[in-house]
Amino acid sequence: MRSYRRVGTRMLLYLAVLVIVVWTVAPFLWLVISSLSYKIDLLSVPLRWIPSRITFQNYVDLLFVRGEANANASLFILGMANSLVVATSATLICLMLGVLSAYAMARLRFPGSRGSMLLLMTAQMLPALAIVIPLYVLLRQMNLLDSRPGLTLVYLSFILPLVVWLMRGYFASIPSELEDAARIDGCSRLGALWRVVLPLAAPGLVSVAVFAFIAAWNEYLFAFILTSADAKTVPVVIGEFSTKLGLEYLRIAAAGVLASLPPVVLALVFQRFIIRGLTSGAVK
Amino acid sequence: MPAWRLALNNQHWFGLLLTAPTLIAVFGIFLIPFVSSFWLSLQRRDLPRPQTDAFVGLENYALLLQDPRFLNSLRVTATFACVSVIFELWLGITIALVLNQQFRGRGFVRGLMILPWALPSIVNAAMWQWIYNADYGALNALVTQLGMVDHYQVWLANARSAMALLILANVWKETPFTVLLVLAALQGIPPDLYEAAKVDGASLWQRFIHITLRLLLPVVMIVGLLQIIWGFQTFELVQIITGGGPYSSTEVISLRIYAQTFQSLRFGYGAAMAYLTALIILVPAIFYIRGAYRSIVEY
Repeated sequence: MRSYRRVGTRMLLYLAVLVIVVWTVAPFLWLVISSLSYKIDLLSVPLRWIPSRITFQNYVDLLFVRGEANANASLFILGMANSLVVATSATLICLMLGVLSAYAMARLRFPGSRGSMLLLMTAQMLPALAIVIPLYVLLRQMNLLDSRPGLTLVYLSFILPLVVWLMRGYFASIPSELEDAARIDGCSRLGALWRVVLPLAAPGLVSVAVFAFIAAWNEYLFAFILTSADAKTVPVVIGEFSTKLGLEYLRIAAAGVLASLPPVVLALVFQRFIIRGLTSGAVK
Repeated sequence: MPAWRLALNNQHWFGLLLTAPTLIAVFGIFLIPFVSSFWLSLQRRDLPRPQTDAFVGLENYALLLQDPRFLNSLRVTATFACVSVIFELWLGITIALVLNQQFRGRGFVRGLMILPWALPSIVNAAMWQWIYNADYGALNALVTQLGMVDHYQVWLANARSAMALLILANVWKETPFTVLLVLAALQGIPPDLYEAAKVDGASLWQRFIHITLRLLLPVVMIVGLLQIIWGFQTFELVQIITGGGPYSSTEVISLRIYAQTFQSLRFGYGAAMAYLTALIILVPAIFYIRGAYRSIVEY
């Protein structure tokens, strides 16, 4: 009797897990399937969920089409390039600046060391919409509207607090005795940071870099408002594709899959780090 | 010893030196615009009519409180954010409880939770727009095959279903964040607590309420606050899926701000709207920051 009940609960558990997996994966899987389908197959009623044949034509059309649809192809490739440059430079600069201040906040007592963390967190909570209007005015005056450096600069401001917050935690978890020993041996503070602390914090650095890159790559609102032609990032391009009438939907699906590959692959590869980071700092 | 060497050896100066670049970047790009946004909100600054530019004090705010479309967008945003949060917490806690059990492939399933989180929000919007497509969307195919409706519906043309579908798309993307945080909190609950309660004769339900839920409460509060804050700022999801329609029934506040500022080019009025929204968001934000800040002070 008892074992029957046990089997029953096990089955219920696996059923629940199955529902959870389907719910989590199905929408994105459908986007992937759509991007690999012939339009005629998707138009059939009743719809076949697993297509009998697949094609890469939508991807070819998206990336290589010449002629009238050429504009879309070059727009998408430009968007990917812009996203890559902006996200990479924002990540690198954030790491450089963020590591230094996170180290200072974790290790040194100085006037305003706690206050500045509070200010950074408050800044991160401010809604983007409340600052994007003056930013637009400011960037226009500095001739940085619709430029990669302009967008990188804006991204710094919302990613830096995140980097500092996460790195501060990593640094605080490394015992300061190691550093003290290095300093007794004649290392300067920065030397000790570089030779002793950073190598120990390497896993932390990697995870913070992944966070920063994903945040910059996925950002939409700032890019949408602050770029117009040359510096459009890939989210802006996809937004345009989806609001433009008459554009082949399956090509948008292909664009969506390609644009989500970098963040999704990074997140899956570094999931252990990401989950740890998510639980120690609130990251969207 | 030269002055700069002295500075490097002094904790105070060294600390300030290391923090300065970050503070300058964040101040310059976030806090200064936030203040100048307020200044802008006190002016009439309509780009198409520069001759009417003037300092008008709080006039924009007074106008806002009588602007039916603004008030409507406030109500729409509150509905969207609150209903989303309820489902995100409820589903999130449920899923986390299931994933906290022992079963084969647990690590893999937990890893999958990262997928919706990592997906760019614009791709999430485009993906659901495609699923909701009236002519060949997956939603219509699914509900027809399940026999729930007998012919394809134009879901987004109806105010109620449009709002429900927006919330569904948002909940799908945001729930895993709740799951991951709640899972981490669940792993921190010592198993002895359950054993002790069992010995004292507490039922499964009592153990769930008095141990699990009680100990999850701080995490659930934090997640709830964050999700409310993020929900209030939702932009691209609505912009892509419904564009605010039908008849402004899903026009969230961010869409309204965008339209007033960058389409009607009323910069002062738009800034006032954005500022008022920021103040509303700041209420849960202050609670959140206080909680999070306390955790570093206790460090």
